[in-house]
Amino acid sequence: MNNDAPILQVEDLTIALPSGGDRATAVRNVSFRVGRGEIVCLVGESGSGKSVIAQGVMGLLPKSLPVQSGRILLQGEDITHAPLSRLRELRATRMSMIFQEPMTALNPVMTCGDQLDEVLREHTRLSPAERRAKVLAIVREVLLPDPERIVASYPHQLSGGQRQRIMIAMALVLDPVLLIADEPTTALDVTTQAQILKLVLDLQHRHGTGVLFITHDFGVVAEIADRVAVLRLGDLVELGPKDDVLRRPQHDYTRMLMAAVPTLRVVERASDPAAPVVLKVQGLQKVYADKRWFGPAREVHAAQDVGFEIRRGQTLGIVGESGSGKSTVARCIVRLIDPSGGSVLLGGDRPGERAEDIARMPAARLRPLRRRVQIVFQDPYRSLNPRRNVADAMVEGPMNYGLGRAEALQRARQLLAMVRLPESALERFPHQFSGGQRQRICIARALMMEPELLVADEAVSALDVSVQAQVLDLFEEIRSRLNLAMLFITHDLRVASQVCDQLVVMSQGRVVESGPAHRVFGAPQHEYTRALFAAAPGKDFAFGVA
Amino acid sequence: MLNFLARRLASTLPVLLIVSLLVFLMLRLTPGDPAAVLAGDAASTEQIAAIRASLGLDRSIAEQYLIWAGHLLTGDLGQSYYYKTAVTTLIGQRLEPTLSLALITITLAVLVAVPLGVLAAWRFGGWLDKALMGFSVAGFSVPVFVLAYVLIWIVSLKLGWLPVQGYKRLADGAGTWLYHLVLPALTLSVIYIALIARVTRASVLETLGEDYIRTARAKGLPEVKVLMRHALANAAVPIVTVIGIGIALLIGGVVVTESVYAIPGLGRLTVDAVLARDFPTIQGVILLFSFVYVLVNLLVDLSYVFFDPRIRY
Amino acid sequence: MPATDFEKLSVESATVHEQPSAWARVRRNGSVRIGGAVMALLLLIALLAPWMGTVDPSLFDAASRDLLPGQRGEITTLEGETVPHRFLMGSDSFGRDIYSRVIYGTQVSLIVGVCTALLSLAAGIVFGLGAGFFRRLDGPLMRVMDGLMAIPAILIAIALVAMWKGSLLTVVVAIAIPEIPRVTRLVRSLVLTIREEPYVEAAVSLGTPTWKIMGRHILPNTVAPLIVQGTFICASGILTEAILSFLGVGLPPDIPTWGNVMAEGRAQFNEYPHNIFFPGIFLAVTVLAVNILGDGLRDTLDPKMAKRG
Repeated sequence: MNNDAPILQVEDLTIALPSGGDRATAVRNVSFRVGRGEIVCLVGESGSGKSVIAQGVMGLLPKSLPVQSGRILLQGEDITHAPLSRLRELRATRMSMIFQEPMTALNPVMTCGDQLDEVLREHTRLSPAERRAKVLAIVREVLLPDPERIVASYPHQLSGGQRQRIMIAMALVLDPVLLIADEPTTALDVTTQAQILKLVLDLQHRHGTGVLFITHDFGVVAEIADRVAVLRLGDLVELGPKDDVLRRPQHDYTRMLMAAVPTLRVVERASDPAAPVVLKVQGLQKVYADKRWFGPAREVHAAQDVGFEIRRGQTLGIVGESGSGKSTVARCIVRLIDPSGGSVLLGGDRPGERAEDIARMPAARLRPLRRRVQIVFQDPYRSLNPRRNVADAMVEGPMNYGLGRAEALQRARQLLAMVRLPESALERFPHQFSGGQRQRICIARALMMEPELLVADEAVSALDVSVQAQVLDLFEEIRSRLNLAMLFITHDLRVASQVCDQLVVMSQGRVVESGPAHRVFGAPQHEYTRALFAAAPGKDFAFGVA
Repeated sequence: MLNFLARRLASTLPVLLIVSLLVFLMLRLTPGDPAAVLAGDAASTEQIAAIRASLGLDRSIAEQYLIWAGHLLTGDLGQSYYYKTAVTTLIGQRLEPTLSLALITITLAVLVAVPLGVLAAWRFGGWLDKALMGFSVAGFSVPVFVLAYVLIWIVSLKLGWLPVQGYKRLADGAGTWLYHLVLPALTLSVIYIALIARVTRASVLETLGEDYIRTARAKGLPEVKVLMRHALANAAVPIVTVIGIGIALLIGGVVVTESVYAIPGLGRLTVDAVLARDFPTIQGVILLFSFVYVLVNLLVDLSYVFFDPRIRY
Repeated sequence: MPATDFEKLSVESATVHEQPSAWARVRRNGSVRIGGAVMALLLLIALLAPWMGTVDPSLFDAASRDLLPGQRGEITTLEGETVPHRFLMGSDSFGRDIYSRVIYGTQVSLIVGVCTALLSLAAGIVFGLGAGFFRRLDGPLMRVMDGLMAIPAILIAIALVAMWKGSLLTVVVAIAIPEIPRVTRLVRSLVLTIREEPYVEAAVSLGTPTWKIMGRHILPNTVAPLIVQGTFICASGILTEAILSFLGVGLPPDIPTWGNVMAEGRAQFNEYPHNIFFPGIFLAVTVLAVNILGDGLRDTLDPKMAKRG
């Protein structure tokens, strides 16, 4: 076999969608190749069809998504309409796949060792002893410590990163020529993601595997791709070497995407040090206690000794990985959960104004103060009551405080204009809007209360890159026009670099570093912060700049 | 795991307590005076008062409950008004037929329903699936006693294959014992099969939609292995749960089935006791059934330890 | 980059589409149509009972005892006249017209079914909301519900009717009580899940008082699962009433219910099975129709419930 022959050839592939959907085909006339030892990234926003292609190659698509035309060739063999028996022979031996959610991709009632062993039992004739040796060897190769223990463990006893390594081990144990990775790091923390990406690169390099890597994260693409294919609504709009596509995009859509990706470079932003303090948090603490019958009560310190302040017209960002406590802090500030200790002081910096500590304030006294702090949540699909139209959603807040419906609707119209939605949106229901539009409605709803502080809890994390760019622009515009203070919670460093003046870095419930954003990004002091920034994929890559 | 076990056991006790309270209150809230009923129409007020005192009905409700509960704990369910023997004796006499019927029904139902449910889920949308779903709804809807009469009509009266009614003790020979129980067990099992098959199908279907099934297929495993090792093992918990919960349906069905087939079991005892307004017996039987139900479900919950390693560790 | 370029090229703007409303989906569902049609037919029968060629169901004639279906005989009217009458479904051992009793029995069954459903839903909603919203109430209330659920429903119903003497009211209450725990559990779990939804949290931060949150955000989202549950309770109620009457512990024998007709026909089943079969068919078809309707409603209104089992 010629070593230059491509491992995977996809020629003019068209896969149909069931009737009644948005469009007739999931993907249309898509062609690309993956060569030996090469990493090709399939990138696109939601609905682009990238996952469909991945599953189509493996033959895992349901009958409702048939291949209408085109060919898929694995090492020259046409597997487009191969019988299931042939596909099963090829799976794990010549082509393997790893998936997005390590939590659910492993059978919870089988040990990891058994699940690895299964692959060998199915495809080889090795003896039990030989199989065990191979299993331990691959577990070591994916850099899992204490292989004997890991092999005997159940998936729920491992962390997300460890589970993904098991997935990779299962995929590579028989040394396939093609590895398909469907968003394998999307559900992982930044630091874990960096480790997994490095692992994939190392293994791929060592074994010469061709990799088809599906992702929506351009940072990841910049980090590992050799060649890039950009998909939009089922069409392949651009294909080429990484530098060409990411620095000198040809197609309009790709250019737009490159412009939408936030850079990791922070420009020092003008801020007024004399602006009054809107929020001051001191020693904030949240402890969850799990009382048990046997053994001492398990205490989880979700937030410990957290402190910072936000001035008017400023955006403070809290970054951290999962379990860092950033969401807990946000919810304590908005009093959706009650802090266990510390103080949350609103205002008090202007003459004649008294600071109010809302941390442990009883509900009745809290009510009038709620309007000063408003929040936008992460999931636009669950942030609006599906049974109430936009008008009702928006006037609910002000009407709670005595504003009449007519006046509230008037304000609603103004705010809808500010978030660039038409007035006709008032009559419509949430399901008639896209995710990005819904998020704008939520922002407008929060602004209806004329708050001093707007909290955005991962407000753009669930949005596509291009939509995210729009919403981030919107946040900026709102902040400058209304001179709002903003608290921006995110795990995405690029997003933080784009909107934040001040930055707080949290890990395991504590603040590890804080300061002006450009200083923290430019010269991080704490070891964790440095590790966090070092792990950001594609950090030195300049998108759209030739 | 210990925490799970402890918590589960601890939550059973209050339930048993409340059951006993409810059963006690249910029958104490009767309008009319049980003492008067017992004494008969011709009794004098003194006689009624004497009976009331002997039954302890002249004390406060709380005292009565405590005395009654105290008796319970020593295994004394009181004296039947009607049969004039200890309730426990009555129950002892009627236990074998009901137990026989129940066990045969459960065995039959589980052996039939679980494989059917699994097959229906595996061949989702196929003829077996549709047939099973149709049967399931019908099984739920046709009342037990109507079904019983239809079966009796066809099998016993027209075809003469099986006896119409009656019960033969196991001591008299396993053959006749089974012979007399086939039709009742078949009748009773229909609703149980309908329930278990439906939940089995739903559970397996849901499991087949999980991500790890996709992983198993991506590893090149044949469908049979995917079904057995990956799907079923994870679908077990809801299936076992519903077998436990379905016992309540079974108990209800037993009452009717024994009535139609003239089986001298606990179900018949319940109906007879109710018609005779024999409160101690009614209480005793209801308590027995409820406690059994609670215990069965406790065992089911504890069995999760075997099915789900997440509970073990 | 100007925002308009994002909007023009963004994928999202191209992919929003409308969904058919819940009501349209319900109407289109096959099970709903079949079940609904049969229910409508039964309702019609119940309403038009006096005009469907029936006589007063309590009328009898000693000369017309144990007639087979289709036979002709006589019946004595309330005024004392003896009139010829064709017994479409035969007569029972008193000489009563089974057909009339079965048709009038439809009224009773439907009333019992609907009233049971409404009563248990109402009580369940109150308890479920209480348990879901007031943590201190939750523990003890759910324990009581657990205890109630531990006693098989039939036994509770039998015991209660035995104590209170059979009448329409007592039968409905006796059948409804065992159904209350399940509704309570459903409402409670709905309340707890919906409370976690971001839109409810948003309402909290907007200063909406708890009672308004309950009425505006939580209750409307419980309507669909409760309709489904109510339908199943109705089927169960009709069935239970029949069982109670059959066993002799239900409605008094002078009220014509399917269960009563069957109870009276038990003794002669061997020679005259029509006593049992005709009411039995009506009973089975009714309960089947309601269950099919419930299945259809569940599939369209609350697919998540199908998983809850």
